[in-house]
Parts: sequence; structure tokens; C-alpha cells
Amino acid sequence: MSVKSEHGTAIGSAGVSTEKKLVSGAMSVDLAKEGQRAVQAPLGQALLTAADRDDRIVGLSADLAKYTDLHVFRDAFPDRFYQIGMAEQALLGAAAGLAMEGFVPFASTYSVFATRRAYDWLALDIAEPNLNVNMVCALPGLTTGYGPSHQATEDIAILRGLPNLTIVDPCDATDIMQAVPQLIAHDGPTYTRILRGRVPQVLDEYGYEFELGKAKLIRDGADVLIISSGLMTENALEAAKVLQQDGVDVAVLHSPTLKPFDSEMVLKEVARDRLILTAENHTVIGGLFDSVAHELALEGVTKQVTPIGLPDEFLDAGALPTLYDRYGLSVAKIVETVRGRM
Amino acid sequence: MTTEFRHTTISPERIVRVREAAFRIRQNALVEAEVQGQGYIGQALGFSDVLAALYADQLNLDPTDPEWEGRDRCLLSIGHYALAIYAALVEAKFFPQEELKTYATDGSRFPMSAMSTYTPGVEISGGSLGHGLPIANGMAMGLKRKNSTATVYNLLSDGELGEGSTWEAAAVAAHHELSNIIAIVDFNDQQADGKSTTMLSMEPITEKWESFGWETRRCDGNDVEAVLANLIELRELEAPRPRVLIVNTRLGKGVDFLEKREKLHFMRVAEEEWSLAQKQLHNSFADESAETDELREKERSTTEDGGRA
Repeated sequence: MSVKSEHGTAIGSAGVSTEKKLVSGAMSVDLAKEGQRAVQAPLGQALLTAADRDDRIVGLSADLAKYTDLHVFRDAFPDRFYQIGMAEQALLGAAAGLAMEGFVPFASTYSVFATRRAYDWLALDIAEPNLNVNMVCALPGLTTGYGPSHQATEDIAILRGLPNLTIVDPCDATDIMQAVPQLIAHDGPTYTRILRGRVPQVLDEYGYEFELGKAKLIRDGADVLIISSGLMTENALEAAKVLQQDGVDVAVLHSPTLKPFDSEMVLKEVARDRLILTAENHTVIGGLFDSVAHELALEGVTKQVTPIGLPDEFLDAGALPTLYDRYGLSVAKIVETVRGRM
Repeated sequence: MTTEFRHTTISPERIVRVREAAFRIRQNALVEAEVQGQGYIGQALGFSDVLAALYADQLNLDPTDPEWEGRDRCLLSIGHYALAIYAALVEAKFFPQEELKTYATDGSRFPMSAMSTYTPGVEISGGSLGHGLPIANGMAMGLKRKNSTATVYNLLSDGELGEGSTWEAAAVAAHHELSNIIAIVDFNDQQADGKSTTMLSMEPITEKWESFGWETRRCDGNDVEAVLANLIELRELEAPRPRVLIVNTRLGKGVDFLEKREKLHFMRVAEEEWSLAQKQLHNSFADESAETDELREKERSTTEDGGRA
């Protein structure tokens, strides 16, 4: 029997094609490209700085400290770290209990597990009593080629409906390191989509500073506005450089806090007469695009917005560059989408 | 890990005090339930002896300061035992007696399911089962960090043992040697769809907890003396292990016609039956008190005879 795969590659009965292909990376690969400015374990580093000054900070993980950069904290403060084992419900419950006793827990696992496996604990133990628990979760959206079991393509859609919860989708090491003290100071629950390992450093070049709850204009442009979050801000900025060469002037508005959403800033930027797109590392349902559309509808603004984001599908396994191209998230594909809309 | 039940010597006065408290908690629960005409009255009556042992004896609490830092934390996973917990909190002077009649009415501090956001003295918002023990772990970790001597109690139901998170948390508590946790499992063999043991039997329950590394005891949950003795012993143990007491309770205990009625998770009681319920409760308490008096008399005579004290 011979089947034609969805992506057009003919697969023979042996299931082997001779074409040279990219190979899926490890479960979690470094996002920083060769030669790019990057910071090693920005979450871990920022937590060390904060924990040195603040005894209330404790760490917990469900067998993924090493893969969420919480091992940096664990190794420096072993008596302030709780290994919960592969038990995400118990992880979030324990984090809630510690917060009730006055501590400020950072609980880590992968995004899929915190949201899909332990949602009831996140909702009822942490969000409802409005506790200062900070969930720092790796592999957000499409950041692994491992397949749907590890791709948190709808984590924001799951969480946006939860009252009290602050949701952060950082772009780079600058965002993560500046966010940590603000997450601690914020007296309520937070969920942050962590980038781990060698994380690119991008936004500091633009004189940017992270502010919880605020969207920031990273670069201005007269023709196009891309509203972005997470690692898509980096891609949007790269795409803007490429389009600049064609004489297309692109503004990038980075909105790392998805909830509460900075509607004021977004509406202000949308008001100018430009082509508008959103760019997010998340399904186009229930994330940044929907947040923007929601604000426009409430305000009675009738403008077309083009979403760049993951499709409403369970994604393929594969090499990240292949998948970013396939699903339209790569710099080249953003450029193509913008040109197509001009 | 289960040691032979060692009978802690408890004075008859102490037992009588707890029995009287249990009687009043039952009275309180009936007053609340009458407002609605229905509810989880079977569980409240069945669990009153345990609640009396806790709220009238074991728990260090300050009704004038429900968030007192030194208090024992009593976490009610089973939000549907709201009737019972309010009845106990009224007995412990957290609320005036009159407030019982506000139960489940709009604007009341006593909603149908017990929630920390509504009721001082209620530590967590239970209701979705399998949350109490995971939270208890975090509180126990936090209390140890603060060198507190407070104990975290978690009241669970037999049906709640079906939730996987309970067992995740049981493993975590043992691994982290959270000896400042005492869980109490109310085994009344009744859940929404029928008898627990015929639906998803968790027996042998005692062995399960033991194998998870817990100090485990099981007793008749309507025997005040046994409950008290076990709770005292579990609290005093030196073992670096979390503790659990499984109590077998009778739904409707203390009200004869409710004990005999078809066993139901959620009971309806007719309007004219409430006064009968209070009457039967009085009668069974009077019988129990007579027994206690007899025992006390016997004990005194043996002591006077030079028998063991």
C-alpha cells in the first residue's frame, strides 16, 4: 500500500524517501541561532538575583527543573526547592499551599502539562484565591518538533478565560529577566511562557524595557503594523528589516502581556491607517489575534486584521525550521504574508 | 506501618465534653438543613463525632482571629460537607448560633459548598475533589519552613480516593516527610451513584495508605473515644511520616429514621420530619449519656477498688 502524506511527499511501502531532510532536534532545542547574542538560562539567572534578596521565593518542579531552567535555582538554593516528581496536579496544589503560607512559589513544568493536565488545580487552587503563584512553563506554542503531546499550541486559549490570571509571552532574554521581579511584585497568579537554554537577546537593542501589562512599540513604520508577542516579535522585527529593503515601512508593537491586555496602546496604534497583522506562536483561536479582535469589536473599530499564527490543527512532528515555514511563522513566511496583503 | 492500637488514656470528662459537642453539631446541622429541606445531612450527622473531636478538642484555633498564624489548618476537601463544617464552626464559637438559619440563602456566609472566600475558618474552597491533599502538602512545607508546630488536617471522603491527585499528593507527602499532616478519610461507603465499594472500590484502603508510606489507623468514626485516641496518638507520633485516620461512619448517625432510610448521598427530609429528627437525636444522645454515666460509675468503683486508674 502506498499513501500520499498530507504534505505531498510520496511514501512508498517501506515508508522511506531518499530525499535529504532536516532532522527533528532534541525535545527542547536552543532557540538562539549560531552567532546570535544570547543569554544562558535567563529565568534561572533572574530568579537567583531575586531569591538572594527575598526569602519568600521557593521553587517547585514536576521532573522538569532542568528543562525549564529552574535547575539554576535548585542548585543554588537546594533547601528552597521542592522536587514534586511527575505529578502536575500535586505540583500546582503544593504551590498554592506554599503561597497561602506567605511564600512566593515559582512552579515549573512544560506548558502542555500545566494547562492540559493540571487545569483544575491552576483554576481553583491558584487563580480563584488569587495567590501569588508564578507558573513558569517551557515549550510554549511551537518550540519543539516532538508533536502534539508537547506542543502547547492552545495554552493561552485555555487560560485566557480564567479570572485573576496574568499571562505573559516573553520574546527574549531581556523580557524574561526583566519580567521576573515584576512577577514577584505582582500580588496574584501569573503564567509565563518560558524560553529556556540559550535564549536570544533581541529587545535591549531597541531601548526596550519590559513592563507587566504594557505593550511597547519596538519600531515604528508608516505602512504596516504587526502586533506580536513571544518569539514572534523577534521574527516580526527580522521581517520588518527585509521589507524595509523593498521600501515597505513596518511597525512592530510587542505585547508580551496577553492578560490583562494593553487595549489602550493597541487601539492607539490601530487607529493609524496601516495594514494590520497579528503574529503569535499559538493557534489563531483564543490568543493574541482574538484579543486584538475583541478590543476592536468593543470599541466599534472596523478594520481588517490578518492573523499570522498556528492553524487550528494538531501540528506535525519535525524539524523546527521546517515547521515554522510550514505553518507560516518563519521570517520568510511573514514577509510573504505581508507582501500578499499589500 | 500500622502499629497496634495503643489506648491512650483519656479522661471520661474529656470524652463527655466531645460527645456533647458532637450532639450540638448534629443539632446545628439539622437546623441548617431544615432551611433547605434537603442536603448532605446524612454525611453531616455521620461525621459529627469526628468534627467534635477536632473542633472541641484537637484543633488549636482562635475564633476571634480565624487567620491566627499559630492555628492548626483544617482543610475541607469535601466542600459538600459544608453543613457539617458550619455546624462545627458554630460549636467552636466562630459564628453566633442564629447564623445557622442563613444556610444556603442569598448573601449568607454559609453557602451550599464550603469556600474560603465566603466563610472565616474555612481554609480552602473544596468541592472539586482531590484538591485538599495537594494544597495540604504545600501548607505543610510552608509551616515547616517557618518552624511552626501547627498541624495541617485534611478531611477527605472515600469517594475522593478515586481522584488520582489524592494519590499524587499522598506520594509527595511521604517523600517529603510531611509529618505535620493528618488526613482523615470519611468512609461512609456512599457516593452520588451508589455504594463506593460497588462502584470503584478502593479497598484495601488501609494497606493502600500504608504502602504509600503513611502512618495509618482505621477506627469506628462514631466512637468518640476511639477517634480521639487515634487523633491524639497520630499527632504525638515521632515518625517522619504523614498520618492518616480512616473512619468508618454511619450516614444519618444519631437520627434513627435517617439511619434506617434508604442510604442516599443527598437526602430529602419532609417538612414534618424535622421535629422528629431533633427528637430522635435527643433520645439517642440521652441513651448514649446514660451509657457514659454507667461507664463512669464502673470506672470509679474499679479505681476505688484499687484497680488500674
